[in-house]
Amino acid sequence: MGLIQLGRHDKDGAPDVITGSLEKAVNWARKGSLWPMTFGLACCAIEMMAAVSSRYDMDRFGAGVFRGSPRQSDLMIVAGTVCRRMAPVIRKIYDQMPEPKYVISMGSCATSGNIYDSYSVVQGVDRFIPVDIYVPGCPPTPEALFDGILKLQERIMEKRVFTTQPREVKNSFKV
Amino acid sequence: MQQLARRVEESFSSGIVRISEWRGDVAVVVTREKLREVAQFLRDEPGMDFDYVVHVSSVDWPDDEERFEVVWEFYSVRKRQRIRLKTRVPESDCVVDSLSDLWKGADFMEREVYDMMGIRFRNHPDLRRILMPDDYTEGYPLRKDFPLRGKGWRDTFEFLDEIPR
Repeated sequence: MGLIQLGRHDKDGAPDVITGSLEKAVNWARKGSLWPMTFGLACCAIEMMAAVSSRYDMDRFGAGVFRGSPRQSDLMIVAGTVCRRMAPVIRKIYDQMPEPKYVISMGSCATSGNIYDSYSVVQGVDRFIPVDIYVPGCPPTPEALFDGILKLQERIMEKRVFTTQPREVKNSFKV
Repeated sequence: MQQLARRVEESFSSGIVRISEWRGDVAVVVTREKLREVAQFLRDEPGMDFDYVVHVSSVDWPDDEERFEVVWEFYSVRKRQRIRLKTRVPESDCVVDSLSDLWKGADFMEREVYDMMGIRFRNHPDLRRILMPDDYTEGYPLRKDFPLRGKGWRDTFEFLDEIPR
């Protein structure tokens, strides 16, 4: 696993002591218990649903419990075309999610607007919420979404837990 | 189907601009003034019985004098026949009679036409935008002279400023 080192007991040398940073333990707990927000916008949501259901079983990665409320979730999978009129809603839901929170932009539409270069489609959800992982595809297969989730878990393992983020960094996100 | 076209034609001495039929679909073009009368006829006349409005849409013909065309499509559940009713309006006077009192279902679809093309419906019970927000100011997106990428609305996120940081 890499995050913990097995130690040996002083007397008989049996492996019964583990050492590791508390930070890593917390991150390990967080990455293994992602609760995604149910937020499907278009056809990508169909693939997202497939990813959760029995054939692909997203629960294997600890991210299978989709919540109907942002207050209970920490991962938002933006799955589908983001229309401008939906943007304030997405932002509000994002703001309602408790920290720590993560965002996966699923598919070309959420990432860049895809072919919809039109008056009503936002050219990428990262214009108004910070995105951690971009999953390419139109729509991405469940495997691609898993890849994104695994990448996110790698990211979570690298996060600092017991240091506060400088305020400038927090405020830097503004379009 | 030809029978249907003939029947409409024979019932009105004036106001019918053109009746065309293509692959079994009858389309009636009427003048604005005659629209309601023809619509009433299509709904109430025995043999017509068009009791269901399938869709209301609009077409922009930027080079024509009467620039906009409003299209209603009707279906008769009993007679299993379809008809399309069209009328033209000029850009300077974008008003056409609403048919939402004859067919309730036309209400939202006429609102959509108003929202997207800017054609007003006289006597419509609640003529507001339906797809775009009420305070949308950039115009009517489906008009041919509307820029494809809009006029900046999609790239402005005023709600970002309201978030307490």
